[in-house]
Amino acid sequence: MGCIENLKYEKILPLGASFKECREYVEKNYAEIWYVEPGYKLFDEYIIGLPPIVLGIEGGTKITFPYTKPCHGTYLLRIEGKEEVERVRKTAKTKKQAGYR
Amino acid sequence: MTEPMAAQPGKAIIVLGCPEVPVQQALALYVASGLSDRGAEVLVTGNPSVLGLLKVSDPKGAYIQKTLVLEKCVEEVVEKKRDCRLCIVFAHNDAAIAYAATLRHLLPGSRFVVVVFGKDPEPLAAEINFPCETITEKAVHNPAQLKAKINKVLGWAASRT
Repeated sequence: MGCIENLKYEKILPLGASFKECREYVEKNYAEIWYVEPGYKLFDEYIIGLPPIVLGIEGGTKITFPYTKPCHGTYLLRIEGKEEVERVRKTAKTKKQAGYR
Repeated sequence: MTEPMAAQPGKAIIVLGCPEVPVQQALALYVASGLSDRGAEVLVTGNPSVLGLLKVSDPKGAYIQKTLVLEKCVEEVVEKKRDCRLCIVFAHNDAAIAYAATLRHLLPGSRFVVVVFGKDPEPLAAEINFPCETITEKAVHNPAQLKAKINKVLGWAASRT
C-alpha cells in the first residue's frame, strides 16, 4: 500500500468536506462519472467511504476522488494518471450499471 | 434477535477514531477487556496516535491483545487476510463513519456495531445508511451512559464499577 502524500495531487475540496459534499461536487461538475465500492484500489490506495464512492474523470487523464484520513477527515483530490483512468473505465461501474439513484 | 456476546467467542475488531474525545480511550479498554474475558481474540485498530495512547495506558497488555494501524487493517480485510465475527467502530466524526461504511461493506458476515458519540452525535448517526447496530450517546468526558448502552447491546451484565 502506498501513501497518497507521495503523489502529486490537487485539492479540489479541502479537508473537512463531508463525504456527501464530495459526491455531490463530482456529480455536478464532471461529465464522466464512475462509481466504485469501498476498498477499491486507486493509485495504490484502498478507497474509504460510504458507497457509492464517486470518481470524476477529466480530459481522459485526471481522476477526482474523495480521500479520507482517519483523524483529519475527507477531502476531494485530483491526480493525473492515464493508466489509472483506463483501469477505472474497465473496472468501475457507471451510475446506470450500478443502479445508484 | 442478536446473540449476547457471551455466546460469541471468536475474532473481534475494535476500530477507533481520532483520540480527541476522552471517553473513547476508556471505553476501548473496557470493551477490549470485556471481549477478551468472554473468549474473543481482540484486535484494536486505529491511527498511530490512538494506538500509542492505549499502549501507554496498558503497558503490560492486560486489556489490549493486538493492535494494528487502521490503513493496514483495511488492506488486510480487503485482501481477505483478516475477518472477524464482531466489529465495533467508535465514531465521533465524518471520517470514522466513512471507515465504518467501508468495513461494513468488506465484512458482510460480521456482527457490526457503530458507537456514535461526542458533543453532537445525532447528525453523525443520521449519516449511517448501512446495516448495523447503532449506539448513540452524547458523551465527551463521562463514559457511564455509553458504557451502559454498550453493555445492553452486547448482552453484558451491568458492571458494578
